[in-house]
Amino acid sequence: MELLFLTQIVLYFLGGISAFLFNRSEEAANRLTHLSAALAGLVGAFYSLAVLFSRKAFSLEYGGFLQTGHLSFTVDLLSAFFIFVISFLSIATSIFAIGYTREYQGRKRIPLLGFFYNLFLLAMILVVCVQNAFYFLIFWELMSLASYFLVVFEHEKREARRAGMLYLVMTHIGTSFIAAAFWLLFLHAGAFSFDAFRAHAATLPLVLKNAIFMCALIGFGTKAGVIPLHVWLPEAHPQAPSHVSALMSGVMIKTAIYAILRFLFGFLGEAQGWWGIVILSSAILSTLLGILYALMENDLKRLLAFSSIENMGIILLGLGMGVVFKSTGNSLYASFAITAALFHTLNHAAFKGLLFLASGSILSKTHTRNIEHLGGLIRRMPWTAALFLVGALSISALPPLNGFISEWMTFMALLLGFEGKGVGVRFFSPLLASLLGLAGALAATCFMKAFGICFLGAPRSQHTQEVCEVSESMKWGMGILAGSCFLFACSAPWMVGMLRNIPESLMGSVPSGMFARKAFLWSPSGVSQISPLGIGLVLLLVIPFTMVAIRLILGKQPLRLGPNWDCGLPGLSPRMQYTATGYSKPLRRIFSFLYQPTRRVELEDEGHEILRTAERFESKISHIFDDWIYKPASNLISTLSQKAKQIQTGHIQLYLAYIFITLILLLLFGSRL
Amino acid sequence: MIKIFLSISQLLLVVLLAPSVSWFIKKMKAASQNRTGPTLLQVYFDLLKLFQKGMVVSETASWIFHATPYALFGVTLVAAAMTPVVWPGSLVGFMGDAILFVYLLALGRFFLALAALDTGTTFGGMGSSREMTLSSLAEPALLLSFFALGYRTHTLSLEGMVSQLAQESPAQMLFFTSLAFGALLIVTLAESGRIPVDNPATHLELTMIHEAMILEYSGKYLALIEWSHQIKQLVFFTLLANLFFPWGMGQVLSIAGWGAGLMLYLFKVFFLAFVVGWIEIHSAKLRLFRVPDLLTIAFVLAILSLLSQLMIGR
Repeated sequence: MELLFLTQIVLYFLGGISAFLFNRSEEAANRLTHLSAALAGLVGAFYSLAVLFSRKAFSLEYGGFLQTGHLSFTVDLLSAFFIFVISFLSIATSIFAIGYTREYQGRKRIPLLGFFYNLFLLAMILVVCVQNAFYFLIFWELMSLASYFLVVFEHEKREARRAGMLYLVMTHIGTSFIAAAFWLLFLHAGAFSFDAFRAHAATLPLVLKNAIFMCALIGFGTKAGVIPLHVWLPEAHPQAPSHVSALMSGVMIKTAIYAILRFLFGFLGEAQGWWGIVILSSAILSTLLGILYALMENDLKRLLAFSSIENMGIILLGLGMGVVFKSTGNSLYASFAITAALFHTLNHAAFKGLLFLASGSILSKTHTRNIEHLGGLIRRMPWTAALFLVGALSISALPPLNGFISEWMTFMALLLGFEGKGVGVRFFSPLLASLLGLAGALAATCFMKAFGICFLGAPRSQHTQEVCEVSESMKWGMGILAGSCFLFACSAPWMVGMLRNIPESLMGSVPSGMFARKAFLWSPSGVSQISPLGIGLVLLLVIPFTMVAIRLILGKQPLRLGPNWDCGLPGLSPRMQYTATGYSKPLRRIFSFLYQPTRRVELEDEGHEILRTAERFESKISHIFDDWIYKPASNLISTLSQKAKQIQTGHIQLYLAYIFITLILLLLFGSRL
Repeated sequence: MIKIFLSISQLLLVVLLAPSVSWFIKKMKAASQNRTGPTLLQVYFDLLKLFQKGMVVSETASWIFHATPYALFGVTLVAAAMTPVVWPGSLVGFMGDAILFVYLLALGRFFLALAALDTGTTFGGMGSSREMTLSSLAEPALLLSFFALGYRTHTLSLEGMVSQLAQESPAQMLFFTSLAFGALLIVTLAESGRIPVDNPATHLELTMIHEAMILEYSGKYLALIEWSHQIKQLVFFTLLANLFFPWGMGQVLSIAGWGAGLMLYLFKVFFLAFVVGWIEIHSAKLRLFRVPDLLTIAFVLAILSLLSQLMIGR
C-alpha cells in the first residue's frame, strides 16, 4: 500500500518534469505527461479502493525537518475515499487531455501545462492525506497556486487574467481563515499534528470551538464556492482548459468538504446544533441561487460552474443534517446523512466531469462557449451529444442515473428530520427537501436548455459549419465517466454499504441500522426504499418492449420527411428558432425579484420614420451578492488605496524617514513589554 | 401469483380507461356549451386512426425525436405500474417511493421537452420552455404534499401510504389531509394540462403549452404521446382518489372484493373527473405569468398541511 502511494506521487513528479525533456516534440510531451497522470490515477484508484474494502488505514512518516512536527501521511477511510474520487476523475480527464491539448500545440507550451496539471493533482492527493496542519497549509497553497496557473494558462486573454486575479484574492482570503482556524487549534493543543488536535478536542472551550468552526467554515466555504463566498468560482472555472475545469469543479472544491469533515468529526469534539443550522442555511442558499444563476447563463462553462455551486449545496445539505443529528446524539442518522453527502460527492465528480469534458469537446470544435451560436450539433458530433445527454440526465437527478440515487439519499437524510427533536427540525427539514426538489426540477430545465440549444435544432451560426466528431481519446475520456454514471447508479447499494464505514470510522461507535440490503437502498428510519438496479432494469425492459411491440403490431408504416410547420408563411430560417435567452425568459420574469433584469432596446432608423435598419437588444441580470457585497468592498479598497497613495511621494528620503519612525516606534513598544 | 395477476390487470385497466376519462371531461364541456360532444368510442377511434396513419417527420429532427414517444410511453407506463389502483398494491411498487414516482414523470417530461426543441421550430421551443418552467414550480408542491402524507403514515411508498390512510377514521384523516388534497389537486390540473393552467382544446400560440411541444408530431408518435398524456392524467386522478378517499379498496384478494373495489374506483375517478371538468367549465385560462401564483398557493397549502399536523399532532 505504502509503495503504491509513493508510486503515485513519483508518477506525478515524473509526469510533471519529464515533459520538459521533450521540448522538441510537443505530441510526445503531451502523451507522456498525460499518460503518466492517468497511470498515477489508476494506481491511486487501486490502493484507495483496497483501503476502503479492507478498512485498514496505512500511514507514512518522515522525520521532523522543522519544528512544526513530522511530515506524516495517513490514508484512512475518509482520505482513501477522496483519493479515490480524485484519482478516478483524473484517469478520465488525463485520457481526454491527450486529444484536447492538441488544440494548444504550436500555440502554447505543452510541457508547462503538463507540469502544472501534474502538480495540481499531486497537491490535491497530498492535501487529503497529510496529517499535519503546517504541511496541510503548504499543500493547500500548492493546490491553489497550481490551479491558478492553470486558470491563467491562456493568459493572453484579458478575462483569464482578471478571473485568475479574483481567484487568487478570494482563495487567499479563504486560506487566511483556514490558517486562523489551525492557529487557534494549535494554541489549544500545542502541536500542529492532527493527532494532537484530536486528542485535545474534548477539552476545547466552547467559545474557542465556535470561533474555530466559523473560521473553518468561511475558509473552506470559500474553496467550496458556497454562496455568498462563491464569487470567484464562475469566473475561474470556465477560464481553465476544459479538462482542468472538470478537475476543479469535480474534485478541487471537494477537498473543502474533506477538510470540513475532518474539522467537524475530529478536531472540534461535540458538535453544536447551530452549526448544522448555519451549514444548512448556506447549503440551501447555494442550491437554489446556484441553479437559478446557472439558468440565466448562456456561456456553457459558466453555466456548469454555477451548477457546481448548486451541487456543493446539495452535498452540504447532507452534511448539515449530519451535524444536526450528531449534535442531538443520533449518530445512526448522522452517518446516513454523511454517507449521502459523500455519495453525492462521488457522483457529482462523475457527471460534472463528464459535462465539462463534453463542453470542452464542443469548445475545441466550434471555438465558442456561447450556446446562442450553436445548434444542430447532434448530427455532427453524435458521440459527444449522447454522452452530454447522459451527463445532463444525471445532473437533473433523473432515474435511473447516479444523480438521482444520491439526490434520493439526500431527500431521505432531510426527511429523517421527521424523527428529529423539536417542531423546528420536523418542519424545516421537509421544507428543505421540497426546495431541493425545486432545485432538481430547475436543474432539469437548465440542462434541457444547455443540451437543447447546443445540440438540437438547426445550426444557428457559422461556428457550427465545419464541425466534426472529436478524437478517440476525448471520446474515451467522456465515455469512462458516462459509463460510471450508470455503474455508480446500479451498484449504489453496495457502494453505500462501503461508504457508510467512513462516517462510522469518524464517529466511533454507531448503532447498527439498515442503509442498504441486497439491491435495495433503505432510509434508516424505514420510511422508504428504492432499488436502483430495479429501476434501471424495468426502464431498460419497458421502453424497448414498447418500441418492438408497436413495430410488430403496426408493421412498417410510411414515413415522409418534410419541412417544419411554418403557419403557411414560407421562409423559416434557423435564426427564428427559440434562443437560450428566450428559453429562460419565463423564469427570469417569475424570479425577477432576484435577478433584477434590465434590458435596453435601441432602434436605428436612419431618418426613416417607419423603416428600421437595425435593432439592438441588450438584456442583463444582476447578481445580488456581487452588487451588494463585492462591488462595494472592492470600491472601498480602491478608495482607501487612493488615500494611501498620498503618503507615497516617491522620494527616497521620505521612505527612509518612514523606516526610521517605524523602528523607533517598535523599539518603544518592545521596551515597554 | 394472484397478486401479480391483479397488478397487471389494474395496470391494463388504467391504460385502457385513460382515454374515456378524457372523453368524460370533453363531454361535460360540450354539454355545458349546448353541444352534443363525441361519443365514448370516438376517443378510442381517434387513437386507432392515428396509429394507422403514416407520419411526416421534420427534416431537422434527430434520433431524439424518434425515441421520445416510446420513452415517454414506457416511462408513463412504469409510473402507472407503481400506482395502487383497485387494491393497495402495485406491479413495481417495490422499486421505489413517491419521490421516484415524481422523478419518473420528470424523466418522461424531459424527453418530451427535448423532442420539442429537436425540430428547431419556435412553437416547440416555446412549449418546451413553458412546460419546463411550470413543472419546475409545481414540483415542490407535489413533493411537499407527499411528504405531508408521509409524515402521517410513516412511509413514502405509494402502496404503504394508501393502505395506512385506509385504516384511519375518515373524519380525522380528512381533517388533516384536506389541505394536501387542495395542493395535489392544483398540481394535477397543472400536470395534466387542464384549464386554468393550459387549454388542451386550443392551438393558439399565446396559450399553448403541451400542444406547442407536440405540434410537429403526427401518426403513431402523436397517438403514443396523446395516450401517455391521458394515462398520466388518470394516474394523477387515481392517486388523488386513493390517497384521500382510500376506503373500500379491495383489501381482500377475492374476485368479489376486486369487483366491488373496481366499481368504487370507477365512481371515485369519474367523480374527480367531474370536479376537474367543473373547474374547467367555470374558470378561464390564467395568463401564463399568473400560473406561478396558483402553484405557489398549492405550495402554501402543502406547507399548511404539514404544519397543522406538526402543531396539532398526527
